[in-house]
Amino acid sequence: MDFLSEHQPEILPGNRQLPPTQGVIEAPHGTTIVAVTFPGGVVLAGDRRATMGNVIAQRDIEKVFPADEYSAVGIAGTAGLAVEMVKLFQLELEHFEKVEGAQLSLEGKANRLSTMIRSNLGMAMQGLAVVPLFAGYDVDRGKGRIFSYDVTGGRSEEHNYAATGSGSIFARGAMKKLFRDDLSEAEATTLVVQALYDAADDDSATGGPDVARRIYPIITVITDDGFRRLTETEASEIARSILERRLEQPDGPRAALL
Amino acid sequence: MSTPFYVSPQQAMADRAEYARKGIARGRSLVVLQFADGIVFVGENPSRALHKFSEIYDRIGFAAAGKYNEYENLRIGGVRYADLRGYTYDRDDVTARGLANVYAQTLGTIFSSAAEKPYEVELVVAEVGETPEGDQIYRLPHDGSIVDEHGSVAVGGNAEQISSYLDQRHQEGMTLAEALKLAVQALSRDTNGSEREIPAERLEVAVLDRTRPQKRKFKRISGRQLSRLLDAGAAGGDAEGASEDAE
Repeated sequence: MDFLSEHQPEILPGNRQLPPTQGVIEAPHGTTIVAVTFPGGVVLAGDRRATMGNVIAQRDIEKVFPADEYSAVGIAGTAGLAVEMVKLFQLELEHFEKVEGAQLSLEGKANRLSTMIRSNLGMAMQGLAVVPLFAGYDVDRGKGRIFSYDVTGGRSEEHNYAATGSGSIFARGAMKKLFRDDLSEAEATTLVVQALYDAADDDSATGGPDVARRIYPIITVITDDGFRRLTETEASEIARSILERRLEQPDGPRAALL
Repeated sequence: MSTPFYVSPQQAMADRAEYARKGIARGRSLVVLQFADGIVFVGENPSRALHKFSEIYDRIGFAAAGKYNEYENLRIGGVRYADLRGYTYDRDDVTARGLANVYAQTLGTIFSSAAEKPYEVELVVAEVGETPEGDQIYRLPHDGSIVDEHGSVAVGGNAEQISSYLDQRHQEGMTLAEALKLAVQALSRDTNGSEREIPAERLEVAVLDRTRPQKRKFKRISGRQLSRLLDAGAAGGDAEGASEDAE
């Protein structure tokens, strides 16, 4: 953003003046994003639905993006603004890396995103909020980390798991019961899809796996080897195995009582 | 009262060109070669921190010989141009040709402006395509001209001799190890024809590899990976020699 504000400030999203409006502006909103850490990395996933009021605006929106080689960002909130924010964020990380010859630290990246969200505060107050979830592999510490944000740009590091968006309360509940310290990568990817399923179960704005149209959640894994997005086949396998189990147990796996 | 001496424009330009050429010749040479899977940059560089090669954009790499502060300035300008273009339009709209034009304009303006000293740099801008036919290599001398190169190019002190050596031996479809071996051979020839050994830790190597799954195709090769490639090149050369003997 420093680079853009010096060289072409007029294309920065934060610099735009909004005309005064009455009430809330209707625009597509993205919904649920979840993240979970496992030894050796972190998984970030999102459902595919965008809603505008009570209408499903898009069934197959993509809300999880790689920020750079070792981090990814998932977005909830106004889709148009969020996508632009991610594009700018990616640009900035890449530009820094190329000019300086070194990557920003994970904390540095998280702080940068915080400033960008804060610059959107004016829009957020008119109902066009963007609330991302940032996850990355910290090369210095050798582990996956998650950062969550609020509309004012407040940043907090989350341990083990986190969720954002309208279905996040339900997703967080599911993850709380399913999370363990020793998850494998495959278990972690299954866990996030379970959480998204539960979110879609109780939140109308979150989309579940759509077998008929072959629309499955976007699942990304970040480890030592960098960012990887699961292919559609891999995602469909996870979703289908969960669906099959849910035919017998509609509420999903049961946790022990004590 | 002394009046300034009259210097003809031809003479002034020739002097400036001479000045720039001498500055560039002081630096070590570097070579850029096409190989089967992309483009490789090889140069002798004792410094770990000051790079001669760097990434400009997804498929575009940059190499420079001459004065560090001057080409670093141009490099950052190039990264800025590419990033801005990619953000405003699309990543595919950033091309080596566009970038080479910008560099040519900059270098040309500086070269012919009387107020500034000419830049003592020679640049190479390379873009790797989907296929070897799509590869583009542009050489930009100090005066702002653009030369479209194919196969191999050398810039820096001993460039002419190295290019003729490369032109004779470079083939299409070489493997990375073969191309690297040829590049090192070319660089180890001194002006007087004698050869010297360049140790692996003094080599700076980078590739634009079209087979890389990521969008960004630029990658530095160093340490163990480099020595493995150098060994493979040496072994491959021996094996070729052996098979020729057998025939």
